[in-house]
Amino acid sequence: MAVTEPSSFEALTLALGGEIFAIDANSVHEILDVVPLTEVPGAPPLVGHLINVRGKVVPLADLRIRFGMECTPPTIDTRIVVVEILLDEEPTVVGLLADKVHEVTSIAGASIEDTPDIGMRWNPDLIKGIGKRGDDFIVIPDIVRLFTTH
Amino acid sequence: MAKSILAVDDSASMRQMVKLTLSTAGYQVVEATDGRDALTKAKSGSFNMVLTDLNMPQMDGLSLIRELRTLPAYRGVPIVFLTTESDAAKKAEAKAAGATAWIVKPFQQDQLLGVVRKIVGA
Amino acid sequence: MTAGDPGHIFREEAAELLVDLETALLHLEQNPADREPLDTAFRALHTIKGSGSMFGFEAAASFTHHLESAFDRMRKGELTATPAMIGIALAAKDHIRTLIDDPANADTAIGDGILDRLAQQSGSAAVADSIGGLQEDGDAPATWRVRFRLAPDALERGTNPLLLLDELRGLGDAEIVALTDDVPPLEELEPTRCHIAWEVTLTTAHPRSTIEDVFIFVIDETELTIEAVSAAPVSDACAAEEPATVSGLPAPAPLEPSDAPPQARPAAPSKADAGPEKGKAQQAANSIRVPAERLDDLMDQVGELVIAHARLKQLISDSVDLQIKSVTEEIERLSNGLRDITMGIRMVPVESLFGRFRRLVRDLSQELGKDVVLTMSGEETELDKTMIERLNDPLVHIIRNSLDHGLEPAADRVAAGKPPQGRIHLSARHAGTRVLMTIRDDGRGLDRERIRAKAEEHDLIPPGAKLSDAELFQLIFHPGFSTARTLTSVSGRGIGMDVVKRTVDGLRGTIDISSTPGGGTEITLGLPLTLAIIDGLLVRVGQGRYVIPLFAVEECVELPSDIERRHANRNFLNIRGALVPFLRLRDSFGVRHPPDPYQKIVIISSGDKRIGLVVDQVLGDHQTVIKSMSKLHADVANFSGATILGDGSVALILDIGQIVAAGQNQEQRREAS
Repeated sequence: MAVTEPSSFEALTLALGGEIFAIDANSVHEILDVVPLTEVPGAPPLVGHLINVRGKVVPLADLRIRFGMECTPPTIDTRIVVVEILLDEEPTVVGLLADKVHEVTSIAGASIEDTPDIGMRWNPDLIKGIGKRGDDFIVIPDIVRLFTTH
Repeated sequence: MAKSILAVDDSASMRQMVKLTLSTAGYQVVEATDGRDALTKAKSGSFNMVLTDLNMPQMDGLSLIRELRTLPAYRGVPIVFLTTESDAAKKAEAKAAGATAWIVKPFQQDQLLGVVRKIVGA
Repeated sequence: MTAGDPGHIFREEAAELLVDLETALLHLEQNPADREPLDTAFRALHTIKGSGSMFGFEAAASFTHHLESAFDRMRKGELTATPAMIGIALAAKDHIRTLIDDPANADTAIGDGILDRLAQQSGSAAVADSIGGLQEDGDAPATWRVRFRLAPDALERGTNPLLLLDELRGLGDAEIVALTDDVPPLEELEPTRCHIAWEVTLTTAHPRSTIEDVFIFVIDETELTIEAVSAAPVSDACAAEEPATVSGLPAPAPLEPSDAPPQARPAAPSKADAGPEKGKAQQAANSIRVPAERLDDLMDQVGELVIAHARLKQLISDSVDLQIKSVTEEIERLSNGLRDITMGIRMVPVESLFGRFRRLVRDLSQELGKDVVLTMSGEETELDKTMIERLNDPLVHIIRNSLDHGLEPAADRVAAGKPPQGRIHLSARHAGTRVLMTIRDDGRGLDRERIRAKAEEHDLIPPGAKLSDAELFQLIFHPGFSTARTLTSVSGRGIGMDVVKRTVDGLRGTIDISSTPGGGTEITLGLPLTLAIIDGLLVRVGQGRYVIPLFAVEECVELPSDIERRHANRNFLNIRGALVPFLRLRDSFGVRHPPDPYQKIVIISSGDKRIGLVVDQVLGDHQTVIKSMSKLHADVANFSGATILGDGSVALILDIGQIVAAGQNQEQRREAS
């Protein structure tokens, strides 16, 4: 199901698997350089690691796994975007791996379209909509659904 | 220098209320949880006034006042009861023991402040 | 409401007082002649009434007043603490709680019902009296003329006539006239003296004695007359005692304290020394009340300090600077001290938890019609406050189960040659760095065959599987497992032993059960002293580092290099003659990195089971500040939490219970195949 954002919103844009994603800037706590990762044996691959964010143990999610993208090793541009999301009404801090972080930008509501049912290589359930900035398409993922649907 | 007041009550909420009311008005308030505690604190400090509950564990208000009045330093210090008791015999007993005044709970914070100001000054 | 708000403090205070009250009532029920619980109960009620009325809890205050009066009479020996009275008081206690916590939902009918029963028990007349003391419409209003003239130096002695007038006004309709006849000519007037007298015409429902009370503190120096002016019936007995007053002439009215009716004089105030309670209350006098969140914050900070120190230690490990090393050691000493003190502050005796179950057992035994006595030992054993809170529900469930399923009806007990009265015993004691909490009943014991049948029916075990008692009993913690033939309202409440197990697991605790047919069941919870910091053993498996809680570690040994050949298909190790199964953590964790040539085995134990964990390297002791894992990892097995190491990276903490169970299962599968 696709939801149209009612009005414009401040978004952090980032590169992931060759696409540009936008996530609500209000949910972003901070952006970190890559830190040592701790593997969690037996955890779902999406959240297979833990990191230390200022003394808090935070799961690290690799959204590329969810979108079936190739998982390339980190580069000098790789960042961790720390966001807070509501899972079962419980505020949960999660780190998101990004190939590169671009900028905070305003995405106008009018430029957001419902997810087209065809022509997309990912599951429309996981996408809130497609925004447009200039000639570029920006994918607006539904972060909560990424973690709650399987 | 700020006038210092010893507030004696086994009820934490009462002590907090007395403390809030009086310390906002510029008084220095020391809390004690019962008569015995109050006596110890009275002996180790000096107070311009004592506000005490009547019914407390350990040492009740009447015993406290009797003890305090035997101390030269507290012979003339005003001692006021804050209590739910309005029984005349109790009041008379308190009076005989040397109490200065008697305020019946519930009372308004302004009332308390008025009495304190009147007795020890601002 | 904020934390410093007296209303907020009152709620907390009242909650504690109600617990004290309940404990006192239950003691009193057992020992009706005991003075101490009676005094405690009275004082709790007294404070709830007094402070409640101060902070806007009028309904609770006026309800409590009736109960307080009854207890005051018990203290004076006018009433006895009969079981019926205790029952009423317990019900009243619950109602007071509702009136304070949730006044909107307090049912007045319930309150009235309790007061009716209280009135019946204490003799209706007596209670009516006490109600009269509080209600203002007890008497028809009468009009009085009150005239008073203060001593000339009254103002200098701190008397405030305005307060007296205010107090009179508070009693009813007052018309106040200042009498200036004694005011001297201006040149003689001394401004510090009081020259004015007052005449107050007061219409009030209060008796004459209440008016006299207004002046009690100035009576010696005050000229006071009080006369009735209206024809309203003077019902009050005091009217008869009224001394003749000379109308118009302010005559000193000697109001001796003895005017008060003798029966109204309360019992002599209890003497300062309250016996055995002395030390305890003295302690309380020197204690302060702190919101629990602040303790949590403090513990968090101490945890961060421990982690920061670990980093510092790691950073300087290669340093040769002795001064820096010595400062680091000093910081370690201080941070350990601070940690111990902080954990100590959070400790409370389990008595606060156990005490709640007296009521539970009492109510349940009545509900189920079983005569049960609850005994306890080790109540002074201390545990972390948060842990105590979280243990409440599991213990309630276990006790319910014991009462409902464990203890037989009296007839069955007698038939089995047991005393008709069932016993439940709660105990707590220290065992190393753990606290063992045991719930023991002398009931029929667990039904092994029923558990087995049920487990087979649910495919939890293969038919005819060979299980030890301990293994069999663990099956009752499986979700949905219930052997009760009929669900009663007591234990059939939708939560099962699996919830107990999950809660205890969440506390990094263990559960052990032993049971004798016909002899009873004993459930023992093994709990860490604290939820925040544990001692751990840091190990390496592949490239990952893991913490094994030290309480579970028995010893570390070398993995014999020829073990593969000696036990081709058997993962067993011979530890001083005993065969101990072992688990290769690198297999459990799916490690692809090649194993170290010399592997170690850490022998851990849980309950009566031992198991070896094969690791690549034992790195040493580690102060482990426990960090919980997020919801996203709630389903991950084998780990109970995470921690942060000296180099800032995250390490996982092994869940001993799960790992041991996994090891046992692996061994069973191996045997079955």
